[in-house]
Amino acid sequence: MTTLRAAGASTMSSEAPFEPATPVAGRYESILDAIGHTPLVALQRMSPNPAVRILAKLEAANPTGSVKDRVAKALIEDLEQRHVIGLDSIILEPTSGNTGIALAMIGRLKNYRVALVMPDNITAERRQMAALFGAEVIDSPGHLGSNGAVALAKELAARDARFVMPYQYGNPANPRAHFLGTGPEILAACPELDVFVAGLGTGGTLMGVGRYLKARKPGVRIVAAEPQPGEAVQGLRSLDDGFVPEIFDASVLDARYLVTNREAIEALRDLVYLEGIFAGPSSGAVMVAAARLASEMDGGTIVALLPDGGWKYLSAGTYSRDLGEMEADLEGGVNWW
Amino acid sequence: MSTVFIPTVLRPAVAGAKSLELAGSSVRELVTALLERHPGLGGQLLGPDGELNRFVNVYVNGQDVRYMDGLATPVADGDEVRLLPAMAGG
Repeated sequence: MTTLRAAGASTMSSEAPFEPATPVAGRYESILDAIGHTPLVALQRMSPNPAVRILAKLEAANPTGSVKDRVAKALIEDLEQRHVIGLDSIILEPTSGNTGIALAMIGRLKNYRVALVMPDNITAERRQMAALFGAEVIDSPGHLGSNGAVALAKELAARDARFVMPYQYGNPANPRAHFLGTGPEILAACPELDVFVAGLGTGGTLMGVGRYLKARKPGVRIVAAEPQPGEAVQGLRSLDDGFVPEIFDASVLDARYLVTNREAIEALRDLVYLEGIFAGPSSGAVMVAAARLASEMDGGTIVALLPDGGWKYLSAGTYSRDLGEMEADLEGGVNWW
Repeated sequence: MSTVFIPTVLRPAVAGAKSLELAGSSVRELVTALLERHPGLGGQLLGPDGELNRFVNVYVNGQDVRYMDGLATPVADGDEVRLLPAMAGG
């Protein structure tokens, strides 16, 4: 780890001004300073191609357990810098979980009220953690997925001036957190990378890391993994109810892989059994895409960003139940993305 | 023949079918065959410019055709083609 990071820092310093990532272990003045600088771990057994190395960026190491700590911190700082938030404001955000939990924690530290619009079919743990940090949770119809949460949050924000919406789907502070944080950390620790793979939710990780890596390392490929939505979470009236986040720029990506829930669960169980990594479902999807890529490459290095840990998905039986049953539940509308 | 999976939102226009077997050697030929059989899908799949509606994603064997050859992406016998509405997460 130390050798890689030192090599990365020296390579970059000859090309452009670059501040190496802070070491993983350290002493911090606040939990907010402990966000980011997550470990990058070489996987030992999950690459299907011996000539391709896969390294996993373990975002579960963030304070609330997900990559969204980086985003939430940047979003709240953005509201503060734009002077659109005061102590009587209520931060309102549509989220399927992790962004909300991270906003709730940071809101608590900074004395901001936080209200989250979440689909009513997410796992109980996500709701519990948001509530633990003091956020109010407003339910949106589960069958409309994240699209439904976005629509309801916009409606509420228009009705009450106290609501301030950071809006991760359209706020450049979201990709910027990854451009300034995640991207540099990855390149410093793994200057030899050829491909970066991450999940596509808001697009923040892929846009920010993607733009950073493409600017610093031409030729690197940026690949998205996305879930195949269950039958019951596609409750749109027409295709035009579909939603493409404003921050998403399709040209940053080089490929986009659709991953079934079954494949994602199999891969996240492999992460546990073969690599000792306890990660969430979107990490499983990212690993499926990474393995597909690895099997098509002659050789090289893939960095796969694993967005969160498995804690918040235990109640769904994610790690233990029969795969067929689990798959049926997900088709029936358990929302876990 | 390829299997084209229809998303729930479009099923009313295809008599409720979850998937259809269609002939064609490219995504464009499959979409044309689909529209001939179910004209009710009309403007939903393609925009006025004849390209894919930005709120629909098309995948051939799990890969987004926008990052392959778009509507010209070749399709072979037995390929799985999936149409899905654009949805976000987060």
